[in-house]
Amino acid sequence: MNLHEYQAKILLREYGIPVPEGVVVVSAEKAKKVAMRIGGNLFAVKAQILAGGRGKAGAIKIAHSPQEVYEIAKSLLKKKIVTYQTGPEGLKVRKILVEQGQKIKKEYYLAVLLDRSKEKICVIASRQGGVEIEEVARTHPEEIVTEYSEIFLGFPDYKARKIERFLGVPCSDIVKKLVNLFIDKELSLCEINPLVQTEDGKVYALDAKMIVDDNSIFRHPELERFYDPRDESPQEAKAKKVGISYVYIGGSVGCLVNGAGLAMATMDEILLAGGKPANFLDVGGGASLEQVKSAFSILLSDKNVRSVFVNIFGGIMRCDTVANALVQAAKEMNIKVPIVVRLEGTNVELGRKILEESGLNILTAKSIREGAELAVRKAGEYEEIKKGRRKKEDKEKIGEVV
Amino acid sequence: MAILVDKNTTVIIQGITGKNGAFHAKISKEYGTKIIAGVTPGKGGQTVDGIPVFDSCEDVVKEFGKVDATCIFVPARFAFDSIVEACDAGIKLIVVITEGIPTQDLLKAKEYAKLKGSRIIGPNCPGIVTVQECRIGIMPPQIFRRGFVGVVSRSGTLTYEAVHQISQLGLGQTTCVGIGGDPIVGTTFIEILDMFEKDEQTKVIVLIGEIGGTAEQESAEFIKMHVSKPVVAYVAGRTAPPGKRMGHAGAIITGSAGRWEEKVSALRSAGVIVAESTSEIGLKVKQVAQERGLI
Repeated sequence: MNLHEYQAKILLREYGIPVPEGVVVVSAEKAKKVAMRIGGNLFAVKAQILAGGRGKAGAIKIAHSPQEVYEIAKSLLKKKIVTYQTGPEGLKVRKILVEQGQKIKKEYYLAVLLDRSKEKICVIASRQGGVEIEEVARTHPEEIVTEYSEIFLGFPDYKARKIERFLGVPCSDIVKKLVNLFIDKELSLCEINPLVQTEDGKVYALDAKMIVDDNSIFRHPELERFYDPRDESPQEAKAKKVGISYVYIGGSVGCLVNGAGLAMATMDEILLAGGKPANFLDVGGGASLEQVKSAFSILLSDKNVRSVFVNIFGGIMRCDTVANALVQAAKEMNIKVPIVVRLEGTNVELGRKILEESGLNILTAKSIREGAELAVRKAGEYEEIKKGRRKKEDKEKIGEVV
Repeated sequence: MAILVDKNTTVIIQGITGKNGAFHAKISKEYGTKIIAGVTPGKGGQTVDGIPVFDSCEDVVKEFGKVDATCIFVPARFAFDSIVEACDAGIKLIVVITEGIPTQDLLKAKEYAKLKGSRIIGPNCPGIVTVQECRIGIMPPQIFRRGFVGVVSRSGTLTYEAVHQISQLGLGQTTCVGIGGDPIVGTTFIEILDMFEKDEQTKVIVLIGEIGGTAEQESAEFIKMHVSKPVVAYVAGRTAPPGKRMGHAGAIITGSAGRWEEKVSALRSAGVIVAESTSEIGLKVKQVAQERGLI
């Protein structure tokens, strides 16, 4: 789970890491009131969406009076922000963080994460902040320092002092606290970008990004309260509820697969076949009737789906069982888009027979490649029909389920 | 020979009275695996499909002496405890099927296992099969054929896919290991590659990776230096968008290193034969086996 900036700052504050004075609000009127209470003539007005690249997308603005705060907040609220991370549909702004503005002397970068191959905590610090760390790593690697530590050690003081000397700004205390926060809350990423020194010499975390380890959230009720299903697409939220992994991709070929690896491979095959997958969907190892029905309803609620490619490897769950579930789901749900099914594994002949004799117009494929090509072609044909360029009687030929 | 497990390996199931534990204990037993006992706290004295259940690993060891391996099916929040318990009972091979274990739990458990001289496989993995000898975990037994291909993978169903293709082409496997789809795994690709390299029966190695992390790049480095046997690889996720988790906790692209292109080019430069499509995995194996005069 990703945390909003304001949520991350609640945690930073809790750990004694300085953040600018600020309040999160849901209306322009409140935004103005907060600005009046903060006082002064420099404010930051920041749209709270779960995506990077907000600055460039105009979702972070500077204001010089409470009235200006009001106007910016009004223009941002309920607006859809599109950044390089949101996809073309963008994310709707529901909350705004109003903060005291800072006169910045210099920006830095500080992050704690887990190095997967070293299996250690890793602190990354950069003398260039406010930009993407990957970019700095490419262009100015000498500006970055990385220090590792065993998780049971926490982070030794001398390493924190080393980072402070490298950055040239008083921050060893912040480094220590950030590592403690990372370990205590079981985060997988904890990033301050930028960490700033102001003209009057103070150090603040100006923006923060945190990712919580979803697997540990059961023992962190204090983080669970940050979860808001509205932060995810409706499909992703529903999938989470029924225990299906779903990720929106944006193409026209819907995917229904058992197993995460095979689901990724299926998307790749669709790409190789010249199409674009609409989604990643792992229905789980089992693929029971209830799971299959939920999966269909999630992926078909994406209005851009023009065909569905079902790719199931029946191992423990036999192909005939899966075939029966598919037939029943298609019947009950009256699915209109063409369905291409590729079954493989135990009792595959029986499974295919069930599909072919179902009376439904489900197309079967023998290999992943054949299935992907067929699904891509059917998606194109169905798109044509949608556009009304074909006669009605042609419909039966393209494998519609009616 | 094969690797990790064989027909003499004695196995217990932690979490045997749960639905999955009981179901797979039975299948493993039918496969010929020496499943000697199960463990579920508070259910000692019961039996599951004729397999005696004990309250603790310690009790099993008291009854049978040495236990070679355990297969853990317990829910994620209890998995850490089960791993530590298995280590303390002196069990040297701990296969963790459970998905959703907190990363920090696994880091600690792995550290402890190292101290105790135990090896963890997984978590979030389908387990190990040494063909016609031993099955630990959840892999479908009927897809395997005995042969000379060693398979190691981060994914479950994609492994079955590869194994099935190899078997359909008339070839077969020695041992098949699922190392798991989490960011931190008990045993890495490299360790398994090393075992396959040293195993006499294994002549060709199949490695199935996916986006996220740098395990494939590290494997490529290792293969370049230490593996003389032909390696066929497939990497899933070339279409995965950055920053999104693809089902597996470990399958998330952060920065450029986790990307498909980086992994594939590292593997290729190490002389690995890369299958671009899943449908090609079996064929590439057959091709290389023919070139080497193995068939």
